[in-house]
Amino acid sequence: MTQTSDAPTGDVTGGGLVLPRYRRDEPGTHPPLLSPGYGSTALRAPQQQPLLLPQTLTEITGPVLGEGRVTAADADLTQYSGGTAQGQRIVVHGRVLDSDGRPVPNTLVEVWQANAGGRYLHKWDQHDIPLDPHFSGVGRTMTDSLGRYRFVTIKPGAYPWRNHFNAWRPAHIHFSLFGRAFTQRLVTQMYFPDDPLFPYDPIFNSIPDAAARQRLIARFDLENTVEEWALGFEFDIVLRGREATPMEES
Amino acid sequence: MTEEIDILAGDEILAGAVVPQQLGVTPSQTVGPYLAVGLPWPDGPFVVAEGTPGAIWLRGRVTDGNGDSVIDGLVETWQADPDGRFDHPDDPRGAVSGFRGFGRCPTDDAGEYAILTRKPGPVPGPDGAPQAPHVDVSVLARGLLHRVVTRIYFADEAAANAADPVLNDVPEQRRATLIATPDGDGYRFDIRLRGDGETVFFDV
Repeated sequence: MTQTSDAPTGDVTGGGLVLPRYRRDEPGTHPPLLSPGYGSTALRAPQQQPLLLPQTLTEITGPVLGEGRVTAADADLTQYSGGTAQGQRIVVHGRVLDSDGRPVPNTLVEVWQANAGGRYLHKWDQHDIPLDPHFSGVGRTMTDSLGRYRFVTIKPGAYPWRNHFNAWRPAHIHFSLFGRAFTQRLVTQMYFPDDPLFPYDPIFNSIPDAAARQRLIARFDLENTVEEWALGFEFDIVLRGREATPMEES
Repeated sequence: MTEEIDILAGDEILAGAVVPQQLGVTPSQTVGPYLAVGLPWPDGPFVVAEGTPGAIWLRGRVTDGNGDSVIDGLVETWQADPDGRFDHPDDPRGAVSGFRGFGRCPTDDAGEYAILTRKPGPVPGPDGAPQAPHVDVSVLARGLLHRVVTRIYFADEAAANAADPVLNDVPEQRRATLIATPDGDGYRFDIRLRGDGETVFFDV
């Protein structure tokens, strides 16, 4: 009775193969690569328009990862190198879905983040805040059969980033997702509710559609807040879904 | 009572009586300068293990609009095995097992990446005609608000390349940016994000 059975509903190729086809994203969902408020885009955003790539077998398949790559301990970022991380413990959980509402089961979810003071464990991050010997800031897990994931971590701090005068990133956790196809690959950032830095952050505001922007803000979740232990936050991630009907080859 | 109403509403949706509501897709954000905290794996660059017969290195340098090295980027690859097959349930020819097909390598202080793999075989294209051997590539970096996608083709597949439907849709003067050239124990494929000789990128 699962709704995730995948009767092929895509293109029939001249070679007789039936392939799913993934919907293109609504305009305004993703940031334009050239976003002048975010200085680093100026030398890295391509100048030419991307060419449309047909979705062939290479694009509608993708890496099936995680088997043997992830342990239960990888979902708990608060324990590292024989001790407990400093900061406010939180639970971050949610579901990975496609835009048709179908769960994406058994898919790898990778996260990385700054420590409670807002510093990454990285040689280039010299923010004048102590590193935490018990926090590496990296986590991995697999979604379950219903597309659910759950991390225990600490709330990352905001940090300065020199993009402009007094530039501070809102607190965020980086998320990396594969889905089940190359077309669905997504790297994004999860933010926390009511961050006063939102209006000033060119990365968050690079997303043209204001409603889409709100999808990056986790919801405070009292139900998943653990009594006398950790605040809960819920963050669902939606990847591209499939076209509902077969389409003719033009 | 409200529960009962909810269940009925749910059944209606499951029965497909109403147009399914589309959920808004989660927007992309940059990997930032510190992707090396979370994304590299020790075995990431090794699509196949060292010593695998027929293994080749795919190497290249990622540069920006000034031609300077992108030293905080990540290159990911996805490809078919040497027979043109994928270890994936959506390959309608039936999944073949044992070939990971995925490589991942952060760029180093010179902007260089290197991935050890095997050359892919031809893969059926949109009209059933074979596509030339190719590798799909995602590039992620600080300053890229979403990944950029390109494809690696191989210079020693001239006949297959000439017939490839994707390559043929690329303006001729830009096609060379998609062709990896033989280089020692593999191939070289440089990626220019912006400016002169800008690599062709694709919208998938």
